[in-house]
Amino acid sequence: MASRGGASHPLVELTLARFREFLREPEAVFWVFAFPVIMTCALGIAFRSRGDEPTIVGVAAGDGAAAVIDTLERAGGFTVRSIPPEGVERAIRDGEAPVVVVPGHPPTYRFDEARAESQVARLAVDAALQRAAGRVDAFTAATVPIETVGSRYIDWLVPGLLGMNIMSTGLWGVGFAIVQARTRRLLKRLVATPMSRAHYLASHVLNRLVFLVLEAVVIIGFAWLAFDVPVRGSVALLGGLALAGALAFGGLGLLLASRARTIEAVSGLMNLVMLPMWVLSGVFFASSNFPEAMQPFIQALPLTALNDALRGVMIEGLTAQALAGELAILGAWGAVSFALALRLFRWQ
Amino acid sequence: MTQMTNMTPVAGAPGRDATALRCRGIVKRYGSVVAVDGLDLEVRRGECFGLLGPNGAGKTTTIEILEGLLAPDAGEVEVLGRRWADHAGELRARLGIQLQDTQLSDKLTVAETLRMFRSFYGSGPDVDELLAMVQLESKRDAWVVKLSGGQRQRLSVACALAGRPELLFLDEPTTGLDPQSRRQLWDVLARVRRDGATVLLTTHYMDEAHALCDRVAIVDRGTVIALGTPEALVASLGAEHVVEFAVTPGSALPPGAALAALPGARDVRHENGTVAVTSTAVHQTVPALLDALAAAGAQLSLLTTHSATLEDVFVALTGRHLRDG
Repeated sequence: MASRGGASHPLVELTLARFREFLREPEAVFWVFAFPVIMTCALGIAFRSRGDEPTIVGVAAGDGAAAVIDTLERAGGFTVRSIPPEGVERAIRDGEAPVVVVPGHPPTYRFDEARAESQVARLAVDAALQRAAGRVDAFTAATVPIETVGSRYIDWLVPGLLGMNIMSTGLWGVGFAIVQARTRRLLKRLVATPMSRAHYLASHVLNRLVFLVLEAVVIIGFAWLAFDVPVRGSVALLGGLALAGALAFGGLGLLLASRARTIEAVSGLMNLVMLPMWVLSGVFFASSNFPEAMQPFIQALPLTALNDALRGVMIEGLTAQALAGELAILGAWGAVSFALALRLFRWQ
Repeated sequence: MTQMTNMTPVAGAPGRDATALRCRGIVKRYGSVVAVDGLDLEVRRGECFGLLGPNGAGKTTTIEILEGLLAPDAGEVEVLGRRWADHAGELRARLGIQLQDTQLSDKLTVAETLRMFRSFYGSGPDVDELLAMVQLESKRDAWVVKLSGGQRQRLSVACALAGRPELLFLDEPTTGLDPQSRRQLWDVLARVRRDGATVLLTTHYMDEAHALCDRVAIVDRGTVIALGTPEALVASLGAEHVVEFAVTPGSALPPGAALAALPGARDVRHENGTVAVTSTAVHQTVPALLDALAAAGAQLSLLTTHSATLEDVFVALTGRHLRDG
C-alpha cells in the first residue's frame, strides 16, 4: 500500500498548494473579488434608470435667446444652458447639451442625429416651443412608466460582467501561476519527481473552480443586494455554467501558458485572446450589433457561449436543455485546450 | 570497505550490481558550443562521487543528462541498471534530485512544501522525519521566502529526500552559502550517506569535494581529465606541498632553471606575478629558495606554503584555477 507519509493524494496536495499561494497574494485576491464588485457598482450607477430627469437643452446666446429660455423654463422639465454661438458644435460633441436651440423665426435645432439621447431631446424641445407658440395638442395621452426588474440594462450587464470575470480570472489565474513556476525553474524541479504531469495541470484548473464559485457568489450576491438583479432560473444550473466556463477558460489559460517563457510573453498572448472577446462576446453591448457574416465566428467564441447561457439562466430562466448548445461549446473549448496543452507543454 | 567492483552485472537482474550509474561517451551541443564532449563515468553503489570543475565545465549539463532531464546528442546512460527511455517512471521514484536554480514557492511554508513533494512518492520518510534530517524543525511553519540561503538549500535537499532515494543528485549544493551553512549542509549529507544512499554531486569547491567525496572526477571543457580518490589525485602531483612567493616590483627573479633545481621542487608555475613551486620537502625547498632570492638581489613581498589540494591538481592539469571559470 502506498503510504504518503502524512500527505494526501498528490492532486489534493498540488491543489492545496495553488490555493494557499493564491490566498497569500493580497493583490490577486483584490483583483478577483473586489474589482468586479467595483465595476458592477460603477456601471450600475452610470446606467441607472432615470425616467423623470430634466432634459438638458442648450440655447445659443444672441437675439431672442432670453425669450426661448423663459419659454422652456415655464414649460418645465428642462435644464437650460446658455451656449456661446461659436461653441454650439463643441457643446453637442462633448455632450454638454444633447440639443442646442438657435433662436430665430423659426428657430433652428442643432443636434446629433446618431445619438438617441439627442433625438429625444430635440422632440421634447420642439413640443414645448410649439405649444408655447400656440399649437394645441389633439389629445393628452395617459403615461404609465414601467420599470420591470429583469429588463433594465443592469440586469443584462451583470451576467456579462460575471462571464468576463470568469474569463479573465481563468486565464490570468492559470497562465500567470504556470509561467511563474516555469521562470522560477519550479516546473523543471517538479518533473524531476514522479509527479503526474496531468495532476499538475489539473490542479491549476481545480483551483480555479473553487475560487470561481466564490467569485460568482460575490458578484451575483452584490448585484442582487445593491440592484435587485434577479436569478430567474435554477441556481444549481447557474453554478454548473460557471464551472463549465471556468473549465473552458482554465484550459485555455493552460494552453496559452504552455510554451511562454516569460510573464510578458504570456500577458501579451492573453490580451490578444481576451480583447476580441471583450468587444465581440456581448459584455457591455449585444453581440448582435455586429454584421451577420461575423455571427458564426462570434457565436463559437467561449465567452459568447458563456454570456448567452448566463443571461439565459439569470434573465430568462432557461433550463439546461435549452442551453445544451452553449454548454457543448464551452466543453469543447475546455477539452481541446487541455489536451493540446498537455501535448505542447514546455516543462523546462 | 571492500567494494565489489569486479562483480559482473547479472543479466536479467539489472540494478543489482555494484554500479549505481554508468555513462559512456555522452555528448551535448548547444549550437556550435560543445558543453559535454564524450564524457564517461561510473559511480558505485554507496559512494559519494563528486564532479569537480570550474563554472562552465559542463557539470550541470552532465548531471541533468544523468537525471533524465536533458537528452544527450550521443552516448549511453544507465542509472540503477535502467535506461531513461524505458523506465523513466520507475527511475523518478527511486532517485532524489536537487537542481541548482530552483526557487520553491515563496508563500508556502516549509512543512507544506515538503508535504507536497512527499505526496509524489509511494514511500519514504514522513514530513517530520524530513524536517529532522535537514534540521529545519524550528522553521516548520515559516514561509519559504523568510528562510536564509542555507535553510532554503537544506529544504531543497529535503525535497530531494522525500522518496528515500537510492541515488541522490546534488548540483552545486553549497554555492553561494556562508561557511557555517555549508558545514550544516555537509552534516546533512553525512547523515544521508549513513543511511546507505549513493550521492552524486557537482561542485567547484575543492574543499567540499575533499570533505565529502569518496571519489572525484575532475571535469574541464566537457570531459573528465582526472579521476580517483581525493588523496590519490593529490598524490598524483608527486608533491604534497605548494610554496608560493612573489617579489616586490622591480626586483629580479632568480632564473627559472635555478627555481626548478631547488631541492624538493617538482614543478614551477608563474601566474599573475606569483610563483608556485610544488615541493616534496618544504623544509629543504624554502631555505634554498631564500638563498636563491638573496643571490638574485630580490625582495620578497609574499611567501606562503600550503598542503597540496585538489585545486593544485586542477591548476597542474589545466594551468587555470577552479574559480577562474
